[in-house]
Amino acid sequence: MTLDRLGIGAPARIKSVTWDLIAPEEAKRLRALGVDVDSELTVSHRGIFGGGDPIAITLGNMTIALRRSHARAIAVEAL
Amino acid sequence: MTRHRTAALVGNPNSGKSALFNALTGARQKIANYPGVTVERKAGRLILPSGEPVELIDLPGAYSLDAASPDEVVTEKAVQGRLEGEVRPEVLILVLDAANLEQHLVFAQEVLELGRPTVVALNMIDLAERDGLTLDSNALEEALGVPVISTVAVRRRGLDELTAAIAAAETHADDAPNPNWHLTLPERRLAAKTMARAAILSRSARHTVANGLDRLLLNPWIGPLILFAFLFVMFQAVFAWATPFADAIDAGFTALSAFVSSEMPQSILRDFLTQGIIAGVGSVVVFLPQILILFFFILIMEASGYMARAAFLMDRLMAGVGLSGKSFIPLLSSFACAVPGIMATRSISDPKDRLTTILIAPLMTCSARLPVYAVIIGAFIPATTVGPGIGLQGLVLFGLYVSGIVGAMVAALLLRGTLTKGAASGFIMEMPRYQLPRLRDVAIGLWQRAFVFLRRAGTIILSATVALWILLSFPQAQPGQSQLDASFAGKIADGIAPVLKPIGFNREIGLALIPAMAAREVAVSALATTYAVDARTEAENDRGLIARLQASWSLPTALAFLAWFVFAPQCLSTIAVTRRETNGWKWPAFMVGYLFGLAYLFAGITYWSAIALGF
Repeated sequence: MTLDRLGIGAPARIKSVTWDLIAPEEAKRLRALGVDVDSELTVSHRGIFGGGDPIAITLGNMTIALRRSHARAIAVEAL
Repeated sequence: MTRHRTAALVGNPNSGKSALFNALTGARQKIANYPGVTVERKAGRLILPSGEPVELIDLPGAYSLDAASPDEVVTEKAVQGRLEGEVRPEVLILVLDAANLEQHLVFAQEVLELGRPTVVALNMIDLAERDGLTLDSNALEEALGVPVISTVAVRRRGLDELTAAIAAAETHADDAPNPNWHLTLPERRLAAKTMARAAILSRSARHTVANGLDRLLLNPWIGPLILFAFLFVMFQAVFAWATPFADAIDAGFTALSAFVSSEMPQSILRDFLTQGIIAGVGSVVVFLPQILILFFFILIMEASGYMARAAFLMDRLMAGVGLSGKSFIPLLSSFACAVPGIMATRSISDPKDRLTTILIAPLMTCSARLPVYAVIIGAFIPATTVGPGIGLQGLVLFGLYVSGIVGAMVAALLLRGTLTKGAASGFIMEMPRYQLPRLRDVAIGLWQRAFVFLRRAGTIILSATVALWILLSFPQAQPGQSQLDASFAGKIADGIAPVLKPIGFNREIGLALIPAMAAREVAVSALATTYAVDARTEAENDRGLIARLQASWSLPTALAFLAWFVFAPQCLSTIAVTRRETNGWKWPAFMVGYLFGLAYLFAGITYWSAIALGF
């Protein structure tokens, strides 16, 4: 399952990330924010237009907003 | 010779770094741009316990020293001493958010690997306590190998200890820590986790305030309603609260002008002072109340953490034209005035997004266009209704606003596909925790914006208005000849008349457009002057002008004139602020060119369509 389809509030772990699908600078930024393999997260909010874009995830003590296009490159497994 | 001593604050965004900077340096800050980039350089003076001053630099917030954005590049180069025109800071003050150690310690290890004298400020310790965390700064000190001071910048807690530690680190600059870490990112993350665990003495499972607020403010139904209610209040404030102050400033400049007129003998110098300098600077300074009120709201939104939520809510809409949610507030502000709107683009981190936003901001219908629209619509659009409660005049006005928005969206789409092409503008953003904004930080921010704006008004805008005044005042008119006709501006109007003729503009319009470069609304008074309207009051002026316009313009010409003003970059202040924000003449030149091109094109299309339709 990819992150864009994860339900709100369900804890999950990142299994793999297809970094090639994300622009290099953005990939760097995501990794610096801790979005990487083995990170545990939940989806906390979704946007109001266009099928729930963007997505807000909670990771540790942080809330991070990202686009669905990023989330599609991130494979997660439910915990 | 005393050596130039500097210290620099480094830390993740949202570590409370700027509040700490404000607390350490007070309002004595110097704001400039780093050469060649549009990244703000903030420096201030820190007084050591010995009484010696040190220049303190607030480096842009960074998540990593492997830069992913222009502001991170500045931070990366500055701490390594590779930034042009900057000395390498002798001491680094590493600011960590006490409540987010696991994340901030990752960056901390990168900074410590540099082997520079470093002091750690464990900041916002009060918020960590509010979240139920008890921290052991000694454990952290041991793990990191550098002094760790607990601080609460906004309450000035721990500042003396921090300053003392900076002084100590400076004198022992030689025995700086030299950890031989050189870890990979996953290794750093693991180390950060271990260190954070060791430093956290207890953690009570208290639910954070943020979660509850976000459930409301990011709610798909209630969230947008709250945002629009907030924006509604903001706009009301910008227009209503500012009016008395703007009127007072206006009255002040008028009185000053009258005073100079009465005290000085009739001369060209007197005209230069009153019509050139006082009127010119006055017409710009009059926007100061609006700018301050707008920035008051923007600073509150930024300091409280709500700005990131507003960007989140609006992101999808902006993504449609290749921008991100961060462009929403600057564009919205541009409905009041493009100058503060363009200044507000500083919160957009992606340089191409920011440039695109700056380039389309003048298409948002600013308040200075209203007087022009009001006169032309009053003269040429009949006050009939086209439906229940829908007046034709109001509908035309609404149409002009919509044309501007549609124009901006299409321009953004085209620019993103060509000149400002780049990776699809991403929207990756940390949403900071909510915080009560501190009055002191907001006041410092407002003072800085006002200062930057007034410095502009005093330099480039002043010289431009003086140049314009010279064009309008020389050569002097012979008796019986109007000054506008005789002036250089009159000659220029003769010159551009053939260019403007195809889009239905007569020579008088060409003549009015020249002084309107200072500010759009000047077009109205310039038209009154050209049509030699003799009036005592403004209302009389408008009535007299409307009658003259009806007599000498055709409807297609009037419509073309309206279309022109939707697009034309007729505002020196906007061009000047664009130059400042983009660090050069290239982009303002492009902006002026493409907007005049659009104005000409759409005025022409409007004119010829109206003629073809038989108006």
